[in-house]
Amino acid sequence: MHNEFLMGNEAIALGAIAAGVNLVSGYPGTPSTEVLETFAKKRGDGQYVEWSVNEKVALEVAAGAAYSGARTMVTMKQVGLNVASDPLMSLAYIGIKGGMVILVADDPGPVSSQTEQDTRHFSAFSKLPCFDPSSAQEAYEMVQDAFAYSEKYGTPVFLRPTTRVCHGYASITVKDSEEYELHTPEGFIKDSNRWVIFPRLSYQNHIKIEARNEELALDFSNYEKNKILPASDEYKNCRKGIASGGISFTYAMEAAKQLGELRHLKVSTPHPFPEQLALRFLEGLDEVLCLEELDPVIERELTYICGKHHLPVKIIGKLTHDVKNAGENTRDSVLQNIAAFLGKGLPKAASPETPPALPVRPPVLCAGCPHRASFYAVKKAMKGKKTIFCGDIGCYTLGNAMPLDMVDTCLCMGAGLGIAQGVGKIEPDTTCFAFVGDSTFFASAITGVVNAVYNQADMTLIILDNSTTAMTGHQPHPGTGQTMMGDIVAKIDMEAVLRGIGLTVVETVNPLEHETAVSCVQRIASQPGVKAIIFKSPCIAIVKPEKSMQVDQNICIGCNKCINEIGCPALIRENGKVTIDASLCTGCTLCSQLCPMKAIQKGGNMHE
Amino acid sequence: MNKNIVLCGVGGQGTVLASKLIAAAAMAKNIPVMSAETIGMAQRGGSVFSHLRMGENLYSPMIAEHTADLILGFEPGETVRMLPYLKEDGQVVVSSRAIMPVTATLSGASYCGEDMLTYLRKNIKNLLIVDTEKACMEIGSPKVMNILLLGAAVESGALGLDEEDLKNAIRSKLPERFHELNFTALSYVKNHMN
Repeated sequence: MHNEFLMGNEAIALGAIAAGVNLVSGYPGTPSTEVLETFAKKRGDGQYVEWSVNEKVALEVAAGAAYSGARTMVTMKQVGLNVASDPLMSLAYIGIKGGMVILVADDPGPVSSQTEQDTRHFSAFSKLPCFDPSSAQEAYEMVQDAFAYSEKYGTPVFLRPTTRVCHGYASITVKDSEEYELHTPEGFIKDSNRWVIFPRLSYQNHIKIEARNEELALDFSNYEKNKILPASDEYKNCRKGIASGGISFTYAMEAAKQLGELRHLKVSTPHPFPEQLALRFLEGLDEVLCLEELDPVIERELTYICGKHHLPVKIIGKLTHDVKNAGENTRDSVLQNIAAFLGKGLPKAASPETPPALPVRPPVLCAGCPHRASFYAVKKAMKGKKTIFCGDIGCYTLGNAMPLDMVDTCLCMGAGLGIAQGVGKIEPDTTCFAFVGDSTFFASAITGVVNAVYNQADMTLIILDNSTTAMTGHQPHPGTGQTMMGDIVAKIDMEAVLRGIGLTVVETVNPLEHETAVSCVQRIASQPGVKAIIFKSPCIAIVKPEKSMQVDQNICIGCNKCINEIGCPALIRENGKVTIDASLCTGCTLCSQLCPMKAIQKGGNMHE
Repeated sequence: MNKNIVLCGVGGQGTVLASKLIAAAAMAKNIPVMSAETIGMAQRGGSVFSHLRMGENLYSPMIAEHTADLILGFEPGETVRMLPYLKEDGQVVVSSRAIMPVTATLSGASYCGEDMLTYLRKNIKNLLIVDTEKACMEIGSPKVMNILLLGAAVESGALGLDEEDLKNAIRSKLPERFHELNFTALSYVKNHMN
């Protein structure tokens, strides 16, 4: 054993390595991404890793390996589980041979997601067990526990950390490599009565699953990470208690330093719920405050248990409006919840003088981002026309910000294509565009293109190809020609894919050549049927910048056209004219191409 | 020793490395550490923060309001934003260099770093303002601002770690060719105080 300072996600990866995991697959998504990245860096010989093309495929790859007796982990964010839900729901009936952990990171807030969905519901819905860690140390240990339970019961299990657990760092105790388990997969053994899902098998397995979950609920009542913490002396005779899980447990423990310790039920396995343990906790209590993020899962379970056993205990939380029902909990919100529960006042902090208005810093496309040039080209080409710009998930969602204002819809990965088709069917006079990134194209847009061609849509697909998965931190994908195992492989050619589907009009253009890009959009958008433009230019974070641009202050007339049209963060208004922040400018030249005075030229220093 | 520290600034300024160095320095002294950072959409050019906690009996990596011993501010406006976390009589160390948000340029809204510094001078008793622009120029690198501010934090006494602790952390975490430059930055404030 030794100590390391680790992020929760790194701890999960190391925990999986310590448990002898044989294969890890996944698709990037905040806050889950670092789990697979850390595994790729730290894995031993014979441990396989891949970024799969999307979460559905990742889960299927892991399932195949688990059928073969391998220990596997599949990683994704909460909305990724929606994509993987089809194989998930069936796999729950089939089960596995090697241990399988489905790592799904939830995102209360949401900090960087479309939804505040709660994977604990998916756990109950799919009848799969769920582990919910409250800290990096616990996540490290829990992933190993999860593998053991998975193999003991022959079922995939969820490990569901949330953003603050995933991205919190702590000095934690981890195993030395000599202490790691080694696991040798037995291999796939043919047995169509076991591995082929049929209605009869599903019926039989459904009966077994219900029995197993009753057994698991008993087992979980004795799981060491589910526990009852006793009240401190001052609350020995108090008939109030707290139930919590995940990061909220740590907030409640911090609050206890100030307010004293009530009897506390820590729920680490929200499904199957440790009912026997909960009954011991509820004995002698009148009121329980539930502290959890996202949905009131613990609160509903306790309310149900009280009803089932006719217990006169009042369960309060989100359902009773005593705790806010959306967004993250914080140290302070939990402190206030507990203080209110105890009828205690909190010391009022001196209210300081109101500060001056603070600067607003919303996320924006980086200086030199090729997406800015692509959006601007389409905007100029379509000026005055009736259009819809259907956006998608990725950095390019930021194309919605002023002054570009080029994202009319955004729903989920790959949805822009279908939405553009649907709008076109109802409004045939609208020129419909769908924007999709290169990684998203492979993940979930190809079926949308097939649909468009087959169902005779009129639309233009714009692929923003920056040769990486930028938003989540530059992961490779099928178009980049690298794998997570470090192999260089043939790139999958998007233009060839599109032509194979039946598109005859497909052009690849550099968006940073503004006039060429604009005329390309004009020429292609006016044609009938399904057409595609691939705007190809690498993400500025993966290539060396060019010399920065400079504004000749004698020529600049301060018209601000550059700032008002493209809103690049490197363009700064100063003394009525425009200057360029050389530390941000990448020399993309887009501003110089639209300056009416030709006042912007290359010339600054190379970056260090 | 228990310390709660907030590091804050604008994405890309090096708050994460600064927080990792403090953590490494504490770990080397067997002091348990926890921290939390902004990761995701709000990075480049957005407001970023790290919470860092050292000491025994820690549960949460997050800091509660009115409990930070030290705010290490890489930007004046971002520092003011984090003041609700500062405990009474807590220490603020802040870089004087303001960073304009892109939105200010677009909307014409004004943001004046000096107003923020004036506010801090008026409301914060234990305040150390570092002219990082001048210091970086003298040291000869714009990239040492985080180490410069760490040195200022050591000098303020509120960090609970000394210069040698941080030098060791720099030695263990950064390539050797950057050691001397960073040592100069680390001791700059000490050598230029009063």
